[in-house]
Order: sequence, then C-alpha cells, then structure tokens
Amino acid sequence: MAVLLIGEVTNGELNVDATSKALTAATQLGEVTLLCAGASAAAAGETAATLAGVAKVLVAEDPSLGHRLAEPTAALVVGLAGDYKHILAPSTTDAKNVMPRIAALLDVMILSDVTAVVDADTFERPIYAGNAIQTVKSSDATKVMTIRTSTFDAAGDGNSAPIETIAAAENPGLSEWVEDKVAESDRPELTSAGVVVSGGRGVGSEEDFKIIEGLADKLGAAVGASRAAVDSGYAPNDWQVGQTGKVVAPDLYIAVGISGAIQHLAGMKDSKVIVAINKDEEAPIFQVADYGLVGDLFTVVPELTEKLG
Amino acid sequence: MKVLVPVKRVIDYNVKVRVKADGSGVDLANVKMSMNPFDEIAVEEAIRLKEKGAAEEIVAVSIGVKQAQETLRTALAMGADRAILVVATDDVHQDIEPLAVAKILKGVIDEEQPGLVLAGKQAIDNDMNATGQMLSALLGWSQATFASEVNVEGDHAVVTREVDGGLQTIKVKMPTIVTVDLRLNEPRYASLPNIMKAKKKPLDEKTPADYGVDVAPRLEIVKTSEPEARKAGEMVPDVDTLVAKLKEVGAV
Ligand SMILES: Cc1cc2nc3c(=O)[nH]c(=O)nc-3n(C[C@H](O)[C@H](O)[C@H](O)COP(=O)(O)OP(=O)(O)OC[C@H]3O[C@@H](n4cnc5c(N)ncnc54)[C@H](O)[C@@H]3O)c2cc1C
Ligand SMILES: Nc1ncnc2c1ncn2[C@@H]1O[C@H](COP(=O)(O)O)[C@@H](O)[C@H]1O
Repeated sequence: MAVLLIGEVTNGELNVDATSKALTAATQLGEVTLLCAGASAAAAGETAATLAGVAKVLVAEDPSLGHRLAEPTAALVVGLAGDYKHILAPSTTDAKNVMPRIAALLDVMILSDVTAVVDADTFERPIYAGNAIQTVKSSDATKVMTIRTSTFDAAGDGNSAPIETIAAAENPGLSEWVEDKVAESDRPELTSAGVVVSGGRGVGSEEDFKIIEGLADKLGAAVGASRAAVDSGYAPNDWQVGQTGKVVAPDLYIAVGISGAIQHLAGMKDSKVIVAINKDEEAPIFQVADYGLVGDLFTVVPELTEKLG
Repeated sequence: MKVLVPVKRVIDYNVKVRVKADGSGVDLANVKMSMNPFDEIAVEEAIRLKEKGAAEEIVAVSIGVKQAQETLRTALAMGADRAILVVATDDVHQDIEPLAVAKILKGVIDEEQPGLVLAGKQAIDNDMNATGQMLSALLGWSQATFASEVNVEGDHAVVTREVDGGLQTIKVKMPTIVTVDLRLNEPRYASLPNIMKAKKKPLDEKTPADYGVDVAPRLEIVKTSEPEARKAGEMVPDVDTLVAKLKEVGAV
C-alpha cells in the first residue's frame, strides 16, 4: 500500500532527524513517497532521496509553500491524496498545524502523535499527557497521522530514490507570512540532542539560566526549560519541554530546579537516563529520576560543570 | 464582531489520571472536571477584545455531556454573553472526536456568523490538537494556530505563533480561526457577583441532529493501557558520586 510522508522542510532544508524518524514509521506501512514542499525544496528533495526506504521523492516548489502556511500546503497534499492509504508527517508544530486540516478536507479523523504502528489500521498514541496509552483502530479510507519522533529510530541513508517535480496547488490566498523570530544557537537541536539540560522555576532568573547553559555547553547538550521557567521569562518558548511543549527522549536528561509536574514529565519521561537536582527531597521529579541529588542548584550545578570533562 | 469560543469540559489538570484495570479507558466517574485550560485563555482573549471595543458579543459553545453546562456557566461567569450546549452523548466516557466537534461547530457558525473563532490549541484529555484546524478546513477559512499574540485589524488579524523554531508572525484574512497557546494571557477568575449573574445568562440546548451531524467515532478504541513505569532510581549523596555513576553507565 502506498504511503505519503511529508518531509519537514524549513527554509529549503530538510530536517533529516525528524523526517527520518517518521520514515521509520512510514516504512512499516508500505512503499513510501516522500514529499518536500517549500518556496525552495529541491535541495531538501535531494537529501530526502538518500534516506533508506524512500521509493520516490516529490518536490513541489512555489512561493506560496514557503513558511509552510497551512492553507496552500493542505491544498497541495489533498490534491495528491487519492494515490495513498496513509499520509504521515513528523509531529512538529508545522505538521500539527497542517495535518488536521488535510484530514478534515478528506473527511477523515486525524491520528495525532502516533507512538507505535500495530498494523495498517491500528496505532498507539498517548493521551492525558502520556498518563495513558490508547490503541485505536481507524475505519477511515485514508489515515492521516503525525508521528511522535521521540519513539522511533531514524532511518539510515545511502539511498538514491528517483525525484519527480510536481506543481503546487492554487494558493487560496487566506494568509501571509510576516516574520520569523528564531533564536540562532550553536547548541544541538532540542528534539534530536543526545543530552538535554533543563532548568525550571528554581533557577530564578534569566541571568541565572547561564548556570544551566554552562552545564549544557560542557556536555554539548541542548537546553530545555519547564513551562514555569518560560512563563517567568527565564527562557524562550521554544525551550519548553512537556505536554504542550517539545517531547524529548535523549540518552541523558538533567532536570534542574524542576518539580516534576505531570505536564513536564510528559515531555521527558522516555529519556534513557534521568538526573534530577532539586533542593526539595519530596519533589515528584525524583520518582522518575535514575539519579537524584538533593541540593541547592547554585552550588551543585557549578560543581557538576567543573567536575565533568 | 461576534466571537465564538468553543470550550471543552475535561478532567482537571491537577487530577492524577487512573487507567481502568480492564483496559476500557480512563476513570472519569467522580473526578474533578474543569474547563480545558487553553479554553480559559481563549475566553479571556475574547473578553479582552470586547473590553477593547473590537468585539460586541461572545458566544461560548460546548459539545459533550449535559454536565458541560457547568463549563459553559464558568465561561459566562468570566464574561461570555451567551452559551450553546450541544448534548452529543450521555456517557461521560465518550469523547466526541475533533472531526465531529468541528462539523457541529460549523453548523453553529453557519447560524451565528461570527467574525472570529477563538479555540484552545489542544484539549488536555485526548491531546489531539486538531479541532481548530479541522473547523477552519470545513469552513474554508484561514487559520492561525498556537497563538501567543492576536491583533485584529479590520479585515485581517496579525497573529504571532509559538512554533518549534521560536515565534512566527502571520497575517490572516477575517473571518478566521485562532487556536490559543499558554502564553497569550492570564485568564481571570470569575467574581462571585458575576457567577450569580451568569446563572441568568441565556444557555441554549441543541443536539448534533440539529446540525445534521453524525457523531459516530471514526477511531475505535481497542484498549487503553498504563504507560510503562520507570523503575525506581537511587539518590546520590553528592556531586562526586553522581559523576562516578554517570561515567559508570556511560551517560557522560
Ligand atoms: C494545560 C497545561 C499545560 C502545561 N504544559 C506544560 C509543559 O508542556 N511543560 C511544563 O514544564 N509544564 C507545563 N505545565 C505547567 C506544569 O503544570 C507546572 O506548573 C510546571 O511544569 C512547573 O514548573 P517548575 O517545575 O519549573 O516549577 P515549580 O513547580 O515551581 O518547581 C520549582 C522547583 O525548583 C526547586 N527549587 C527552587 N529553588 C531551588 C534551588 N535553589 N536549588 C534546587 N532546587 C530548587 C523547588 O524545590 C521546586 O521543586 C502545563 C500546565 C497546564 C495547566
Ligand atoms: N467537545 C468540545 N466542545 C467544545 N469545544 C471543543 C470540544 N472539543 C474540542 N474543542 C475545542 O477545540 C480545542 C482543541 O481540542 P482538540 O482538537 O480536541 O485537542 C479545544 O481547546 C476547544 O477549544
């Protein structure tokens, strides 16, 4: 059965990590066609063609597809949908924006944040901030779904799939891009980093978040934050880990000054090794930590930074 | 301009969810239920638009069990003007899927003709993050999801969105559907006098059949299970021990 995977293309580049993890889910369902759409997408298409398991790459370039605006992107995919039983994308904010729109245009339900493929109609997905796992069987003709990347391994490369160029759909002209505010950083990307160091309200200020960043840099880690830290202005929104932020599953997650609310745990409890540093020995974060250290982060974290490496 | 705000009755976010032993679902009998936190933010934003003179009337809509009228009364007490309850099931354990909710909301919108819909980005029970986008598709309207700032300027709105890379600002044609993220505002608490006043505000009751919508689910729930629990870890006395342990397991 034919599967359409929507590649994660940002400013003309393919996000290989997110796309190749969703590809692993896609190849369990059938022969995969990978779509790269954007104002420029040819280079992304060439990268996509190297991913193992891709049978064909479709490249759609059009100014209307820049910035992944929902309406023109959905129009493009709906035009292609007839050929496919499954339409997938990695669970990024771009895909969460567009995939439900595609599903509704096809009069089918969306399967959000799929964490396991049971068979071609049956999937697992977390509900209630990951406190329950639901197995659902879809009766829809086309399954439209987003794939939680933290639970699938990345597909390999070395492939050279054929690339076909296709036209964009007519732009409904309902929305326009104005600007992006993207923080430039040399650190690894949060959702694909091998190590994540996160700070919470306990860190106390934007200034003191430097302590967290210092430890992260020592470990070559990405920096994360709790919602309380983001809301208090200590950290930018794209660092938020949790039910309504990013879901991460690094080899090592260090939670500093974070109490461990279920909404936070939802975003990190699948990490391989979890370390918690908190001055409150009763903090719920210790219940999920492999190693817990009770102490004041202002002394513990600098000491840890110094002694590592 | 009329603003429509869909509000969902969900398990309170402080309640620890219990999966039923027979795998049939999550126990919702006798647990505290509240308005979905994102929907409180949507109601608050609608009230602020009204206070600024950018909106005239706020209509709150909820779809689900009869008890969702409590959720609507909360919205009315916060400042919504009127409410519509669409009773779609009498079983508290039956969640109405986003596609069916969107179809019912489309029916309401065809009658009410709002200029703006403010919905939550995600219901914290099913974690779908879909209804606003689906509704926008069915209406053929523009959409602006995950909003952290909304400015309505005549025939369009400028919306800042929380995205993976940071923030994105887009300009959308009105009428539009906006789904709100956590940092858009801090919702107010309803005052006691307003809670009393809300009891007298109009609350209409409807059924899915009034809008010609079939709410039969497309996704059959085969089973609901507990996630794998992490095994208990250990407490370490100091940084040196922590570093040694991390080296031992190859984590650093
Ligand atoms: C709808 C909804 C969605 C949400 N989504 C998310 C989400 O995606 N992600 C998320 O994180 N949260 C989310 N939340 C919020 C969540 O419920 C918690 O409020 C939040 O995670 C708390 O953040 P925190 O642990 O940093 O703060 P707190 O709970 O205030 O904890 C601070 C911790 O720091 C410790 N501490 C203080 N000082 C020190 C010190 N000097 N040294 C060591 N430790 C110290 C304290 O002991 C405490 O345990 C959501 C909430 C709602 C309602
Ligand atoms: N049954 C419902 N009744 C009213 N509004 C709903 C309902 N289900 C979803 N919504 C709205 O859609 C948003 C997103 O929900 P969901 O797509 O289920 O995650 C919610 O925050 C509500 O604003």
